[in-house]
Amino acid sequence: MDTLLQTLKDGLTIGSLYALIALGYTMVYGILKFINFAHSDIVVLGAWLSLVIATAIVKALGLESGQTAPWWVGPFVLACAMLACGIIGFTIERLAYRPLRNAPKLNVLITAIGVSLFLQNTGQLQFMFGTRPQPIPTLLSDKVLFAIGNMQVRLLDLVVIGTALVLMIALEWLVFHTKLGRAMRAVSFDVRTAGLMGINVDRVISITFVIGSSLAAAGGFLWAVSFTSIKQPADTSWVLLGLKAFVAAVVGGIGNVRGAMFGGLAIGLLEVFGQQYINPALKDVYVFAALILVLLVKPGGILGKATVEKV
Amino acid sequence: MASLQDRAAHFKSSPAGGVWRALWPLAVALILGVVMQLLVRPNIDAYSSAQILNIGIAIILAVSLTIVNGFTGQFSIGHAGFLAIGGYVAGSLAFYGSFAIFGSGAAKLGILSGLYGAPAGAPLITGGEVLFFISLLAGGLVAALLGVAVGLPSLRLRGDYLAIVTLGFGEIVRVLIQQTPQVLMTKQDIAESPAWKVPLSVGGSLGFGNVPKYTSLFWVYAAVVVTLIFAYRLKQSSTGRALLSIREDEIAAEAMGIRTTYYKVWGFVIAAFFAGIAGGLYAHTLGISLSPVDAGFQKSFDIIIMVVLGGLGSISGAAIAAAIVTYLPELLRTPDTLQKFAIVGVPLLIAGFAMLAMAGRPDNEVDLKSGRDRRALPRVIITLGIVTVGLSVLAFIAKRFGINLGEYRLIIYALALVIMMITRPQGLLGVREVWDRSLYRPLRDFFAPRIGTSSQSSTGSSAGPSAGGTA
Amino acid sequence: MHARANVTSVLSFSRSALLAAGVALAVLSGCDRGSTPSTGTTGSTGAAGDIVIGHYGSLTGAEATFGLSTDNGIRLAVEEINAAGGVNMGGKSHKIVLKSEDTEGKPEKAGTVVTKLITADKVAAVIGEVASSVTLAGAPVAQQFGVPMITPSSTNPQCTAVGDMIFRVCFIDPFQGYACAKFAASDLKVKQAAILFDQASAYSVGLKDEFEKNFTKLGGQIVAVEAYTKGESNFNPLLTKIRETGAELLFIPGYYTDVANIALQARKLGMTMPLLGGDGWDSSDLAKNGGAAIEGSFYSNHYASDQPTPEIQSFVRKYKEKFGGETPDGLAALGYDAARVLFDAMQRAGTTDGAKLRDAIASTKDFKGVTGTISINEKRDAVKPAVIVEMKGGKPVFRARVEP
Repeated sequence: MDTLLQTLKDGLTIGSLYALIALGYTMVYGILKFINFAHSDIVVLGAWLSLVIATAIVKALGLESGQTAPWWVGPFVLACAMLACGIIGFTIERLAYRPLRNAPKLNVLITAIGVSLFLQNTGQLQFMFGTRPQPIPTLLSDKVLFAIGNMQVRLLDLVVIGTALVLMIALEWLVFHTKLGRAMRAVSFDVRTAGLMGINVDRVISITFVIGSSLAAAGGFLWAVSFTSIKQPADTSWVLLGLKAFVAAVVGGIGNVRGAMFGGLAIGLLEVFGQQYINPALKDVYVFAALILVLLVKPGGILGKATVEKV
Repeated sequence: MASLQDRAAHFKSSPAGGVWRALWPLAVALILGVVMQLLVRPNIDAYSSAQILNIGIAIILAVSLTIVNGFTGQFSIGHAGFLAIGGYVAGSLAFYGSFAIFGSGAAKLGILSGLYGAPAGAPLITGGEVLFFISLLAGGLVAALLGVAVGLPSLRLRGDYLAIVTLGFGEIVRVLIQQTPQVLMTKQDIAESPAWKVPLSVGGSLGFGNVPKYTSLFWVYAAVVVTLIFAYRLKQSSTGRALLSIREDEIAAEAMGIRTTYYKVWGFVIAAFFAGIAGGLYAHTLGISLSPVDAGFQKSFDIIIMVVLGGLGSISGAAIAAAIVTYLPELLRTPDTLQKFAIVGVPLLIAGFAMLAMAGRPDNEVDLKSGRDRRALPRVIITLGIVTVGLSVLAFIAKRFGINLGEYRLIIYALALVIMMITRPQGLLGVREVWDRSLYRPLRDFFAPRIGTSSQSSTGSSAGPSAGGTA
Repeated sequence: MHARANVTSVLSFSRSALLAAGVALAVLSGCDRGSTPSTGTTGSTGAAGDIVIGHYGSLTGAEATFGLSTDNGIRLAVEEINAAGGVNMGGKSHKIVLKSEDTEGKPEKAGTVVTKLITADKVAAVIGEVASSVTLAGAPVAQQFGVPMITPSSTNPQCTAVGDMIFRVCFIDPFQGYACAKFAASDLKVKQAAILFDQASAYSVGLKDEFEKNFTKLGGQIVAVEAYTKGESNFNPLLTKIRETGAELLFIPGYYTDVANIALQARKLGMTMPLLGGDGWDSSDLAKNGGAAIEGSFYSNHYASDQPTPEIQSFVRKYKEKFGGETPDGLAALGYDAARVLFDAMQRAGTTDGAKLRDAIASTKDFKGVTGTISINEKRDAVKPAVIVEMKGGKPVFRARVEP
């Protein structure tokens, strides 16, 4: 019983992180119809920026290693990382993707790979983040709130899941209850018509990138505080993380904001349960098998609608 | 188009022509292979021949990926997965097959096999070589079968699903190979192991060692010739036209009655087959198959870069880019050659490529009245000048301040890729080939007299890739 | 297709210039790949009578720290012998020239690189690599050309089985597995142990197998074996499983990059048992990332820098002097030893002829190295003790020594 609950908690934690990252993929795909391969690198950037900023603050405050930082440091670092990544996302879209607005999709994809390689290898430089794993200072006390048998729920777990939830609800509200959200949905539905209706398409796309990148940064921040020791930026595990988040978006229904949230949780739970109850060695296989299965049975994704390609 | 029909009619009309058409590529393959192995290899050192062999394998990989990414416009990023599958299947078959048939896993070299040549007095052809050949084909076929399994679900859909599925596929292959048991090194081990487990014992994460070393310049270049001619004929065939039409506009292609899924899967399967063959050749080179570490998506990205650099859809472009991308880093391991190369080679190389690139632009046929573009060549020369000066300044700065450019290699690579996509989305050669005459028009135009239009230029405007340039 | 051709009908100069710049960058980026290793060259190049030796290792890429440490160790040994006049062969002194080549940690590069060292640089002997899978790709080439090769730190038994030209100066996985098992059973007096290993690394898989075998033989019981993949971050499901088994010790034969996370999460799950690992843990980053969670853990290593023997203390001092105060890790010590074993064999052989040099290396006996007394056995493996260190106050401290 403890194990089941523990697994469920782990699955939800990982799943909410996947969901946060999947949102960025699904938003970009919904509007521009391409996989933004550089998205996972924004997550990495978010994690590493959080690490660098947090380390600087902790140093300035003169805290010992292992000591928990004051409560305001966490939110402050999160805000900084989100802001910085938002700006970087905006810049990438402006410089690399916008010139290719009317180019064949293949070119945009290759550009995305180029941007991804660029971010990875720049991050790996010695004067940037280097090639060694680094620990993020303790920003949150991980005291146990309550325990069921062997299963402990810590403050950190709740904060991670809570932050992810709050951000997702905020996005949901933005997309479905504001004017900007309506513009985004319109552009996603039909770019040209939206343009003719007086929507500034370029601006909407820029904002989409900013929001997607900030969410990625939040995902990176939460990833960093959950797992403490951060892998170097060019580590293949990051690419795999991004890949799984994209799979989550596809499984939930690509282009669908709620689908991404659902898909993220589903993939997170699938992975953790497979690891716990079947064979841990094959955890990546479960995820990709799920993808292929969904593509075969319901190509539009679980929450997605079957769409007809427009000419 | 008329010329194509004529040719088709010609070949259909005579059965002898059909046989000839089927056989001459094989003859060329054999001859080139024999020349490479028996005339070229003994006269160069082992390091050079190892590089030439690597280039050959890279060409097969790049050209096969061109069929998917270039011709069909689909995006596969799991090519290394097929390479690994082909390598492991062929290696396993040849290694354990040798034990079953000859009683040991060592290679039985004939005069055409072995990277370092066969021992003196080797027979013309051995049973081991036949086994090796069969293993290669088997590796290719298994890769092709997996191509169907991967391609069918993902290629039914439009869009980039193929990219994500192939990426996932490559990773699954890697994880599964890691689960395999240790290689069985002796007859006794094999006898003791359960029969079903024997062919699966391919070394896990350590890699598959001790694969018999058959691969030679003969085998690789024979395969290169076959791959090139196959790709060329595919491009000219009705299947190739269907693939190109899907690339240009899938919806329009479907409206014209082309079974898009069917053709996409075909293209994908053919590419997987050749990647499998390349994997088999690789596995038998140094006796170690592609280890799981190498089979990741970074290897796939390397192949994609070759295809993109060469031109999406150009066979010769992909081959040239494969050679350059493989050879340069090796050539430049020594600082002396690096210097020599920086002075002579870089400008030459850029000159060649830039000329081809700019001449190959479809929009070069702007000046319909005269059919020429006199500005192209001077522009190339000016660009070259800027680039050479820029490079020299960069090299000087790096040397002066002791900056190691090697660290920035992949960053520069990535930037080049992005710049390339923005400025020249179709790659250097586009869908054209080096032998397309229209490619050299700027040269001709520059030196041609100013007055009068040649007959070529009037048809030039319609000489799209469809004419193939071989009229 | 023609429609597309007309879309971009303006051939502007700036675009073609940009394009050419792109191509140039691509070409240039190819150029620089090879320039890194040239920094590894020491001494006067090409002078008559000099002996060239080669080193291939991961000088760039994700495993760069391993290759660079080894390279530093070798360079130190080369510098030392050249300062002493060079290798003395048949009454004549020859200076040593070191050529280092980069494998980027990829097996597929190793074959070409070793071919290059042997045929283009004409090296008398080759040293390399760290990772067994890369060594296994380079070794057949050295064997083919009859050039002796010493791997400083590839512990997989298969590496020297490639042929009679391939040697090593480190212990092998079976022995390291035995050393860990022995330490766990007789020193820590543990009865039940769990294993968490990295399925992507041959090193980890090999060590897991050997530990399992030896620990059971010594009367212990393996209660759980779980696999992770290099780079993974979430170990909770695996650790939860292990926690339920009530293991008294967790054996993690992985690399330090993953160990820190495992330790942190295990402690959070309330698992207080000691952790034990292999030489893959050896890095100053382990304590930095693991913090308090890694305190009191053990790992087997080739040497401990705090051991008071004169060889070790003089090596540590010289290394610190040359490389800016950095404490040498096990890989640096092994690189240093590999080079010195080679020089010793050259002096005894009196020639750099492949077969004679091979025989001289094979007859190495009781060589006093930094990483212990090295004797080469009939399988061309080094027979030498392993050291178990304990993490105390963020530093590895000598704890025990396990003799072969």
